[in-house]
Amino acid sequence: MCVTCGCSDDGKATMTHPETGEVVAIDSQVNTHVHSHTHTLPDGTVMAHSHSHDTITEASHIHAKVHSTTISLEQDILAKNNLIAAQNRGWFKGRNILTLNLMSSPGSGKTTFLTKTINDLKHQLSISVIEGDQETSNDAEKIKETGCKVVQINTGTGCHLDAAMVERGLQQLKPPLNSVVMIENVGNLVCPALFDLGEYAKVVILSVTEGDDKPIKYPHMFQKSEIMVLTKIDLLPYVQFDIQRCIEYAQQVNPQIRIFQVSALTGTGLENWYEWLAQKVADFV
Amino acid sequence: MHELGITQNIVAIVAEHAQGTKVKRVILEIGKLSAVLPDAIQFCFDICSQGTILQGAILEILEIPGLARCRQCGAEILLEQPFGICHCGSKQLGLIAGEELKIKEIEIEEVCV
Repeated sequence: MCVTCGCSDDGKATMTHPETGEVVAIDSQVNTHVHSHTHTLPDGTVMAHSHSHDTITEASHIHAKVHSTTISLEQDILAKNNLIAAQNRGWFKGRNILTLNLMSSPGSGKTTFLTKTINDLKHQLSISVIEGDQETSNDAEKIKETGCKVVQINTGTGCHLDAAMVERGLQQLKPPLNSVVMIENVGNLVCPALFDLGEYAKVVILSVTEGDDKPIKYPHMFQKSEIMVLTKIDLLPYVQFDIQRCIEYAQQVNPQIRIFQVSALTGTGLENWYEWLAQKVADFV
Repeated sequence: MHELGITQNIVAIVAEHAQGTKVKRVILEIGKLSAVLPDAIQFCFDICSQGTILQGAILEILEIPGLARCRQCGAEILLEQPFGICHCGSKQLGLIAGEELKIKEIEIEEVCV
């Protein structure tokens, strides 16, 4: 008997035709009605549901339990960044824009190197700049003095630029067709290496006032870079920096890396960098 | 330092897939050459999951060893850093494992009636 309404659940009810004496089982008719009730789960959630007589079994009355379901995701954590980076790359390609991502530790002379490059090449190349820093627009001001287009991105607590920031920066910067965009990343030798921005190539800048073992101390940065620019070489007489050892370390981490030794102050070695840049622009643009 | 941002990404991706259901467990695959510290992710996870459906979830991290194939002789070499030298003397290595950074699976609570 059903405890909810007292109906017979296994009473073998039948219907007899008074004239013919035919007996028909009517279990199926009786059992089609449903009962509704609620369950309160341990966390306070109240579940209301109903089921028919047919389904009232031992198994269905130990229901309303919390089960676990495993969902296989296999999703790349940086997939979203990589997707936007791919969109940026297409955006650059469609406009014949060569983009370089300049990365280094703070104080290596990225901005000085960049302003020197812009000033020396401004009659040959159209260069615009995306500046990335945690705070201030000091670097953007310096770049602006050269007369080129610049947009400053402040990452706040962020330690690197990501593809979405560059995407927004581009909407404001509006670089012209057939030009060069230089992205000066936040000063940091670790995190920027992980985030694709959609650039054509990564360029790591290392100054001789830092240690010559930086390439093996921060291998990810040097491995992902196509170019290493060794800056402040005018200071070599005053610092303990073994250029040969530094180059060996860099090549150990990245056998394909191309190295330029320059001084943005005296101009030494810059012609090789300019030549490489002009060649890339010619190939790309 | 970038682990905080990466953990925020993890929480956002998992929350999107869980669609409002409480998450009990998250399993990540992090390669040893990925430049991401599992300990730092673990530390950030508790902070980032506060007040979300991931709060209280167990985070399991599977570390994937670095593996490269030599471009000269084809030998496979286990790597502790993202560079190395093959027994044949070549430094021309192609990484084949160890750079993983992904959410492998999640376990969600489901109320079955």
